[in-house]
Amino acid sequence: MATGSTIGAVAPTVGRRSGAAFPEMLKDSALFALVTLGLSIPVVAYRTDLGQGTGLELTGRWGVVAGLCLAVFVLRLGQRLLLGEVARRREAHRLATAEAPPVAARAGRVLAPLTLAVALTLPLLAALGSGGLSEGRYWIDLGILILTYVMLGWGLNIVVGLAGLLDLGYVAFYAVGAYSYALLATVFGLSFWICLPLAGLFAAAFGVLLGFPVLRLRGDYLAIVTLAFGEIIRLVLINWVDFSGGAAGLSSIPRASFFGIPFTAGEGGFASTFGLSFSPMHRIVFLYYLILVLALVTNLVTLRMRRLPLGRAWEALREDEIACRSLGIDTTMTKLTAFALGAMFAGFAGSFFAVRQGFVSPESFNFLESAIILAIVVLGGMGSQLGVAIAAIVMVGAPELLRNLTFLKAVFGEGFDPNEYRLLLFGLAMVCMMVWRPRGLISERTPSVRLGSRAA
Amino acid sequence: MSVAGINVLVDETRARTEAAKAPLLSVRGVSAYYGSIRALKGVDVDVHEGEIVALIGANGAGKSTLMMTIFGQPQAREGTITFAGQDITRLPTHEIARLNLAQSPEGRRIFSRMTVRENLQMGAAVNGGKHFAEDLERMCVLFPRLRERIDQRGGTMSGGEQQMLAIARALMSRPRLLMLDEPSLGLAPLVVKQIFSAVRDLNAREGLTVFIVEQNAYHALKLAHRGYVMVTGAVTMSGTGQALLDDPQVKAAYLEGGSH
Repeated sequence: MATGSTIGAVAPTVGRRSGAAFPEMLKDSALFALVTLGLSIPVVAYRTDLGQGTGLELTGRWGVVAGLCLAVFVLRLGQRLLLGEVARRREAHRLATAEAPPVAARAGRVLAPLTLAVALTLPLLAALGSGGLSEGRYWIDLGILILTYVMLGWGLNIVVGLAGLLDLGYVAFYAVGAYSYALLATVFGLSFWICLPLAGLFAAAFGVLLGFPVLRLRGDYLAIVTLAFGEIIRLVLINWVDFSGGAAGLSSIPRASFFGIPFTAGEGGFASTFGLSFSPMHRIVFLYYLILVLALVTNLVTLRMRRLPLGRAWEALREDEIACRSLGIDTTMTKLTAFALGAMFAGFAGSFFAVRQGFVSPESFNFLESAIILAIVVLGGMGSQLGVAIAAIVMVGAPELLRNLTFLKAVFGEGFDPNEYRLLLFGLAMVCMMVWRPRGLISERTPSVRLGSRAA
Repeated sequence: MSVAGINVLVDETRARTEAAKAPLLSVRGVSAYYGSIRALKGVDVDVHEGEIVALIGANGAGKSTLMMTIFGQPQAREGTITFAGQDITRLPTHEIARLNLAQSPEGRRIFSRMTVRENLQMGAAVNGGKHFAEDLERMCVLFPRLRERIDQRGGTMSGGEQQMLAIARALMSRPRLLMLDEPSLGLAPLVVKQIFSAVRDLNAREGLTVFIVEQNAYHALKLAHRGYVMVTGAVTMSGTGQALLDDPQVKAAYLEGGSH
C-alpha cells in the first residue's frame, strides 16, 4: 500500500521533469554536435592527397563532417530520451522491489553452477559441436587458455580483492613457477608432479620476499614497488643467460604424464595402457582437466580461507589497517600470508604454463600480462569469485571471438581485420564498465556468515 | 564453612586492596613526538581496576595522542606505560591488544563492507572466538539495535549504531580495560545518552574498567569516577568527576555554554 502510493507520487514528477526538459535535450544534443564539429575540423575535414607534382593537396570532406555531426546529434538525443525512460522504469522497479535480494546473489545462484557445468563438459561439448575430438581442439585450447587466466585471476584476487594490496607485478610469480618447473625438469629430470608443489613453494617464497620490503606501503606506493619487482624478475631472466637461457628461453621441457604414464603412441603409453587408439588429443584433454582442477582448488581454498580467521583478517585489513591492529591482528603476518598464498597459486599456474607450452621465455611474462590479470580482477569486481571467472572469459575469450568475425569482411572490404581493433574495443569496454559498473561486474560482497548459518 | 568463607573474603579483600595499590593502567612521565613536535609532555595517568576515568581537554590537547601512545602508535619516547604489572611501552600495537586491553578508536573505524556479525567476529579474533555465541548475545542485549542490524553492512548504519558496534567489537575480546576515544563525536544527544548509560551499566554490573577520552566534558565527568584535564600535551588537573565538574576553572574552560 505505502509503496504503491510512493510510486504514484514519484512517477508524475519524473514524467513532468523529462517532458519539460525536451528543449533542454535539444540544446544539449546541439552542443554535442558543435563539439563534434570542433573536433572533426582538424581531424576529419581535410585529407592530404598526393597532388600533381611533388606537393600534397588538401581535399575537403565537409560532407563527412556534416554526417558525423548529425549522427552525434541524433545519437545523443536518442540516448537522452532512452536514458530518461530507463531511469524512470528503474526508479519504479526499485521502489517496488526494495526488499528483493541483490541481483548478484540471484545471478550467482544460477550462473555459477552453469559455468561450472560448461567447464566440466567442455571437451565433450567441443567434440560434439565440431564433429570430433581433433576438430574440437581449438575450443579446448581456448578453454585451457581461459582457465589459466581464471586461475591467475583467482590467485591475484586473494592479494588485491581480499587483502586490498594492489600488486602490479603478479606475473613475476607466474614466471617463477614456470621457470622452476622448466629448470627442475630439464636439469634434474624431476617429474611434473614433484615440480608442481615445488614451483608453488618457490613462488610463495618469492611472495614473502616481495612482501617484506613493502609491508609499510599501501596504495600507489605499493603498486609502484610491485611493478618494479615484476620487471626485476623479467630482466634477471633475460640477462642471467647461464641460469635461465636468457631471452632465448628454455625449450624442450618434458611434457606432463598421466601420473607417470606418458602420452606416447608406443607400448606403455597412455593409449595402449587404457586400451584406446592413440590420439594426440588425450594429452590436450588431460591438460584441460588438469588446469580445471588447479583452478577449482584455487577457488575452494579462497572460499574456505574467507571463513577462517586469517581470511577474515585479510578482508578487515583491506578495510582498515589501524582498526585491525587495535583488535590484536598481526598485520605483518596477515599481509605476508596473502602475498605468499596468492604467489603460490601463480606458481602452480606458471608450472602448468611451462608443461603445456614445452617452452618458456621472458617474453611471456611482461607487464601486459600483469595488467591483464589485474584487469580481470578489477572488472570482475574485487573479491568476487564468479565475477573474476566471467571477466576472464570475456577478457581472454572476446579477442578470440573477434578473430572469427570474418563476415565483417563483407561489410568493410577484404582488407578488414577485426583483430586489429582489439585494443580499441578493449578500451571502449573499460570506459563503459567504469561508467556503468564502476565497482566491477559483481560488486556485491557476499558476507562470509549469514543469519541461520552456524557462526564459526 | 564460615571460617573458610571468611578466609575467602579476607583473600578477596586483600587482593582488592593490592589491586587498588597498583593501578591497572599506569602512565608515568610519558612523552611522545610527531617528528620533532612534542605532543605529550611527561604525562602521568592512573586507571584503577573497576574505575571509570575520563580524560577531557580541548581540540589538539593531546588526548587522542595519549590514547594512541598507550596502544603503541606512536611509541612513547620517554616514560613508561604499564598494564596489569607488565611494561607495554615498547610493545607493538597488536600485542598490546592481546593483553585484555581493548580500544574503540577515534572515528570508530568499523569495517564498513563487512556485516555487523563479521565485525564482531573480528573483535573476538584475539581469543580465537571461544565464547563467540555467548558474547554475541551479551552485545545484543547491551545494544539491542545491533541485533536488528546483525547481517547488515557496517557502513550502511547510522553514526550512533556504528559507535555501538565499535564499542561492542572492542568488548568481544572480554577486556579488563576498555578505552573509548571520543565516543560521542558527531552523535545526537539522545544517542550519546544511550551509549554512556550502556558504559555505566557495564561498569556497575560487570566491574569493567573504562578509560574514556572526551571533548564532551559534562557527560564524561558525570559518568566518570575520576577525571583528568589535559592542556597542550600535559595533565593540568585531576580529581573526582564531581570535583572537576564543580571546579570554576574547568567550568569556565569546558562547561560554560557547552552544557545544560
